Amino acid sequence: MFQVRIHGRGGQGVVSAAEILSVAAFIEGKHSQAVPSFGSERMGAPVVSFCRIDDKQIRLREPIMEPDALIVQDPTLFNAIDVFAGLSKNGYLLINSKRSIDELGISNAINLPEDKVRLVPATEIALQHIKRPLPNAVLLGALAAVTGVIQIDSVAEAIASKFPGKIGDVNIQAAKAAYELLSHNNQEEITC
Amino acid sequence: MLKQIEGSHGVSEAVALCRPEVICAYPITPQTHIVEDLGALVKSGKLENCEYINVESEFAALSVGIGSSAAGARTYTATASQGMLFMAEAVYNASGLGLPIVMTVGNRSIGAPINIWNDQSDSMSMRDAGWIQLFVEDNQQAVDIHIQAFKIAEALSLPVMVCMDGFILTHAIEGIDVPEQKQVDKFLPSFAPRQILDPENPISIGAMVGPEAFTEVRYLAHQKQKEALKLIPKINEEFKKIFGRDSGGLISTFNVEDADTVIVTLGSVIGTIQEALDEQDQNIGAVTIRSFRPFPLEEIRTALKNVKRVVVFEKCFAVGIGGIVANNVRMALSGTNIEVYEVIGGLGGRPITRKSLHKLFKDAVKDNLETVTFLDLKKDVVERELKREKELIQSGSVAENVLRDVGVVNVAKTT
Repeated sequence: MFQVRIHGRGGQGVVSAAEILSVAAFIEGKHSQAVPSFGSERMGAPVVSFCRIDDKQIRLREPIMEPDALIVQDPTLFNAIDVFAGLSKNGYLLINSKRSIDELGISNAINLPEDKVRLVPATEIALQHIKRPLPNAVLLGALAAVTGVIQIDSVAEAIASKFPGKIGDVNIQAAKAAYELLSHNNQEEITC
Repeated sequence: MLKQIEGSHGVSEAVALCRPEVICAYPITPQTHIVEDLGALVKSGKLENCEYINVESEFAALSVGIGSSAAGARTYTATASQGMLFMAEAVYNASGLGLPIVMTVGNRSIGAPINIWNDQSDSMSMRDAGWIQLFVEDNQQAVDIHIQAFKIAEALSLPVMVCMDGFILTHAIEGIDVPEQKQVDKFLPSFAPRQILDPENPISIGAMVGPEAFTEVRYLAHQKQKEALKLIPKINEEFKKIFGRDSGGLISTFNVEDADTVIVTLGSVIGTIQEALDEQDQNIGAVTIRSFRPFPLEEIRTALKNVKRVVVFEKCFAVGIGGIVANNVRMALSGTNIEVYEVIGGLGGRPITRKSLHKLFKDAVKDNLETVTFLDLKKDVVERELKREKELIQSGSVAENVLRDVGVVNVAKTT
């Protein structure tokens, strides 16, 4: 089983990201389960969502406490909550930021090899393609590139099914741009 | 067709496949998505011959449902939590009048303190209201049991509540095989009401019944619930033949044959319990109760007859005594020497984790449990509040004091 936890703020598409990821896995014939953090979400409040991907039926209903991949859609969350809680030593970390780990002041909080941590200028990529600062699809493109747990084409198909038409098209462009940016030096296949 | 969809969406599709003629509901978290989706299906014309009625409250929602069902329309509604309490009088009336309404309960706690998260206090508050109550384990079962619920309800002329864990199921997106219309039409004939209000042939229902007949009418309601004990497994078999899936009838068992210890529970927590059981090597099995009303005394007694101890794990409790489900299980086991422990967990949405379950299993097999255990109770927090109450007459509101103690919010000091 591969478990992804997504942190962001209300309005950034945190819940949609988990749903799209689960649909992408479903398209590949895998079992998947997406769940939002259970709360009264509102614009700007910290929001968490979860996605599990497996080759067999998923029965587990606890929150994801030890994620294999962690997506942080908003770097201002580091001061608000312990986003890194439980991140596996072999896990992947994707952060939406054009700054470096040191600049973000989180180098002490992360105990991961360099190749497992990626800073993705997701807001900038989103503004370029979507014209709105929505980093969720971009980071799923990055997740596909960095982990290989999901194919970029499945991510694109899942985005198109959730957002048919132009909104979907520009989100797919943005996801593919992030995929291209992150995939040239890194394509490690993992199984779940 | 296999789809990756939200549980609520799956339920709305299943309900639509049953061709309801009247849907009347008032939105309340976590059931809202179900009734929103159904509203959209009616408005778009995908769900034909169905009137979707907007009302001002849950009391009105079920009251309209009582009227439409009495007029011979297949009727659906949904609610949760305080909404269920607000419609309480109508809940008793629907069953007392023998109206086969199907209602989804997106299980949620009851305030105060207000809490929007999952437990099963709401359904349990209406456990003795005369409705059939079916609890589902996952979203596939939620879909399948809703389809069966209409058939059970109409066969007995009794209302059915389908209870699904709020958020954990209603908001989970997972693979659901949504049946075809043709299959559902084959399984579920059109509604043939046992009683019908017809202006052409006026009658009244809901007569006042005095001491001369009240006991008999209530006794018949009890007998009808007992009939459901035979009907629920039978309809599950019919469902299996057409749809190829087994929803488990009255109870489901998991490795109970050689077990010394069995966990008995309701709803979606069985998934996490099964995962945790697979990770350990003690002789522990599990039973899920699908039909809580009627309560399958005999099936539970048979399933548990060879075990040493039973741990009833429930997301609700009766303040002042303890477990609700446990009390029912004890009745099934009366006269045996089987030890019954009550574990209350997952209240107000507290996550039930494998880590806590493993500790619970270890304690259980050593008989190292209190009669009533509150899983993951923060005892230090409780003790500090008790101390405040002892020291100060005006110690303030318990909820606000405890929130301040656990550091969730800074609230103004009341003393």
